[in-house]
Amino acid sequence: MTRNRVLHAYTWILISWLVLPILVMIAFGFNDPRGRYNQTWQGFTLKWYGQLFAVPDLTDALIASLVVAVLSSLIAAVLGTGIGYALGRYRFRGAGVTNLIMFAAISSPELVMGASLLGFFVSMGVAPGGITLTIAHVMFSISFVATVVRARVVSLDRSIEEAAADLGATAWTTFWKVTFPILLPAVFSGLLLAFALSIDDFVITNFTAGNVQTFPLWIWGSTRVGLPPQVNVMGTLIFAVGVLIAVIVNLRSRRSKA
Amino acid sequence: MRRILAPYLLVLPGGLWLLLFFVVPMATMLSLSLQEGDIINGYVFTGHWQTYVESIQGYQTQLIRSLVYGAITSLILIVLSFPVAYWIAFYGGRRKPTYLFLILLPFFVSFVLRTISWRMILTDDGVLLHPLKEAGLLPESFHLLGTPVAVIGGLVYNFLPFMVLPIYVALERIDPRVVEAARDLYASPLTAFRRVILPLSLPGVFAGVLMTFVPASSDYVNAELLGGTGTTMIGQVIQSKFLTSSDYPSASALAFTLMTVLLIGVFAYARALGTDDVMKVAAR
Amino acid sequence: MFPTDEPDPTLLRGLSRRRLGRRDALRLGGMSAMGAFLAACGVQGQGKPSASVAPDAVAKYWAGKVQNNKLDFANWPLYMDPSKPELAKFTAKTGIQVKYDEVIQEMGPWFAKVQPQLAAGQSIGYDLMVITNSIQFGQFRDAGFLAPLDHSKLTNYAANAAKSYAATSYDPGNVYTVPWASGITGIAYDPDKVGRKITKLADLWDPAFKGKVGMFRDPQELGNFGLLAAGITPAGSGEADWTAAAAKLKEQKDAGIVRQYYDQSYVDALGKGEVWITQAWSGDIFQKNVSDGTNFEFVIPEEGGTIWTDNMAIPITAANPVDAIMMMDFFYEVENAATLAEYINYVCPVPAAQAVIKEHAAAATGEDKEYLTSVADSPLVFPAEADYSKLHYYVEFDTPQKQQAFTKTFEPIVLG
Repeated sequence: MTRNRVLHAYTWILISWLVLPILVMIAFGFNDPRGRYNQTWQGFTLKWYGQLFAVPDLTDALIASLVVAVLSSLIAAVLGTGIGYALGRYRFRGAGVTNLIMFAAISSPELVMGASLLGFFVSMGVAPGGITLTIAHVMFSISFVATVVRARVVSLDRSIEEAAADLGATAWTTFWKVTFPILLPAVFSGLLLAFALSIDDFVITNFTAGNVQTFPLWIWGSTRVGLPPQVNVMGTLIFAVGVLIAVIVNLRSRRSKA
Repeated sequence: MRRILAPYLLVLPGGLWLLLFFVVPMATMLSLSLQEGDIINGYVFTGHWQTYVESIQGYQTQLIRSLVYGAITSLILIVLSFPVAYWIAFYGGRRKPTYLFLILLPFFVSFVLRTISWRMILTDDGVLLHPLKEAGLLPESFHLLGTPVAVIGGLVYNFLPFMVLPIYVALERIDPRVVEAARDLYASPLTAFRRVILPLSLPGVFAGVLMTFVPASSDYVNAELLGGTGTTMIGQVIQSKFLTSSDYPSASALAFTLMTVLLIGVFAYARALGTDDVMKVAAR
Repeated sequence: MFPTDEPDPTLLRGLSRRRLGRRDALRLGGMSAMGAFLAACGVQGQGKPSASVAPDAVAKYWAGKVQNNKLDFANWPLYMDPSKPELAKFTAKTGIQVKYDEVIQEMGPWFAKVQPQLAAGQSIGYDLMVITNSIQFGQFRDAGFLAPLDHSKLTNYAANAAKSYAATSYDPGNVYTVPWASGITGIAYDPDKVGRKITKLADLWDPAFKGKVGMFRDPQELGNFGLLAAGITPAGSGEADWTAAAAKLKEQKDAGIVRQYYDQSYVDALGKGEVWITQAWSGDIFQKNVSDGTNFEFVIPEEGGTIWTDNMAIPITAANPVDAIMMMDFFYEVENAATLAEYINYVCPVPAAQAVIKEHAAAATGEDKEYLTSVADSPLVFPAEADYSKLHYYVEFDTPQKQQAFTKTFEPIVLG
């Protein structure tokens, strides 16, 4: 029993350690620094929440991040679902290679993927920018979506589809009316995952963005010259929204299970 | 006929995307590493493999240091994560999802931002060190930033959930009755742990190592934000050669070397453990 | 001999080798004329404007270009009053909306970032950028990435710029650029932490400051201080000198004295107390003290410091070059040059601004008066002849091979 208690306490210590930098980030969103360097505590203020969009470049960067995340997660969701469904459903030549490439894409160092993409684009005479950035994000998201969807397809109860077919539904109708609705939650979580990966990506983005500034890139650039408190505020808000979405999704899935 | 074509039609668009923007760029990078020239006049393929020799000789310290940092990070992660994963898996009860959620909390903050947060905490006159210096417990010039401790600490922090989750998944799948059976056969708790739980958890540990070693040893964000002159990692060298000196051939050579070393390591590792489980758990 | 009738930037790029040859000759000419080292310098030289780009290249580039009432301006941080009074004035005067981004923190990454766009003939998203006369300046120029300036649109420049700027070795005759400001690389330190007066380069090698010394990451900046510390004059130095300087710098690093090799982020590190003593750019420290109430000191070391010039240039693919050249000329109105210098405290390219700042000082009261007087009298803003005796120019390279050798000598120190 004592061992449990020690482990329990240890778990909480570790969780506190994980949360500590988040708390620091949130706290410095309420700091009132004198100059352009938000680095020591100088008093409480709410003004940065009021002036959230007062740094136009930061706002632009956040918008760029959102646009790229939405576009790339939608494209990756479509393409990844295709692969995931095929791999989960059919046995076909090339399935092994597809699996291998996906595994390689998931486990390759981001740095190498980003660098190779930059080399590729520059060799092709294509200047890095918003389009190359979106292409890159779709690239690294596809495998994750496919993996999630495949897991769902594999666990799919085939008898439901068979029942639909027995009742005279065509293959097409069966897919859209029966299979797709069952897969939808998996596609949706794949999409969310792709969105989260995209909006947080720094390394591959750094290589493929050209002059486009995303939220993480802007923060990276600004650390060198003093980060405005708005960054902390936006970080806090993104954190809050993310947590909120996660909690809602979690509660809903639990309710639907019950 | 349609049924035969169906999987290919489904795979084709995404597969082409991966082929064009993952496989082809890797080949381009290999080609770039064997080219010569300069950024203004362009690079020409000459098969100049000596670039590899020069780059590896010039930056072997950083390459080895990165692998060592990656290995240390993975080791520390196993030690830190196992007890937590164990406790959540066996004693978490109905709160399991909540604990896992708390472990995942850092992922809701941008990677760069949470590393910067660490920087603020660890900085020379920051919340952590300032009071200790004021109290005279530490010399005025003491610093954590710029040391290997800070860099490895950052890596451990950023990749911790990637170790906890796979170990948790492996432990969670253990049928409690197996453990009970061991106890019924008079195994001491320690023996039961050593002979039953530990072996069954290994696939999770292996998957965790796979998911942390590669990104940790190729990382440059932590070393850049938390490190100093003695902690330069190969990722920083590659990044700088690509994005500062536009020295594409030697940057590509180093990136390709890193990739080869890591992939050989990964496949040898997966092979040696002779297990599909590693891939399976990793894919989860 | 100069590529005169190719508006196509890719073609210009293909011809860059030929241009390189011609420029080399010019630069060599500049160097030989440097007997008295001021001759080739960016600030004090007394040379006559060299041959400019063939007139119809200018005409070709500017033909059909019109004012679009918008301008994207890429600059370094700490290079304008954060409330941007000059930009507001510019917009009020011309109707041109300016987007001003502090996106340049080091020349290497900036060049690497925009090079693919420029090579592909695409806009880099900026119509005006401020680039230092460093290694990448030559790359921008020789690759044909800079638009030739139409000096008929630069009347204020012609009237008010210090004449010496037309005789620089990196852009003789101001064919592609006009100066934004010049600056001095010296040593900044926190007197509270260091506890003594810092006067010389050797202080950067003092083991007492182990782990608390900042050096620059740019090979020119780092290499020059290595050379000076080793007692070598940067101008005219050769590969053997560079190796000696690199050894000196490596010794400093291996002893654990250097905390980090910085770009613009050194100001932040100094502010946080991560470094106590660091290589620094003159005006930054001044602005940091003004904005954050710190008390950092800036000194030009006894062994010497370096002087460089940051220049406004129009990328050849700029969407709004007319608006950009109007902005260039705007900063050569004496009044605007004066207010800019009052804030940024870098060497002002408009000598007449000194009198205007004195007028401002006379009209002001109290602290403001004191402050403006100090700016007008500051040797860091309006250096006198004597102040230059301690200042050195960046190492010049007569061939790209030498430049690569220089970079390869100092890069491993930074990346070690």
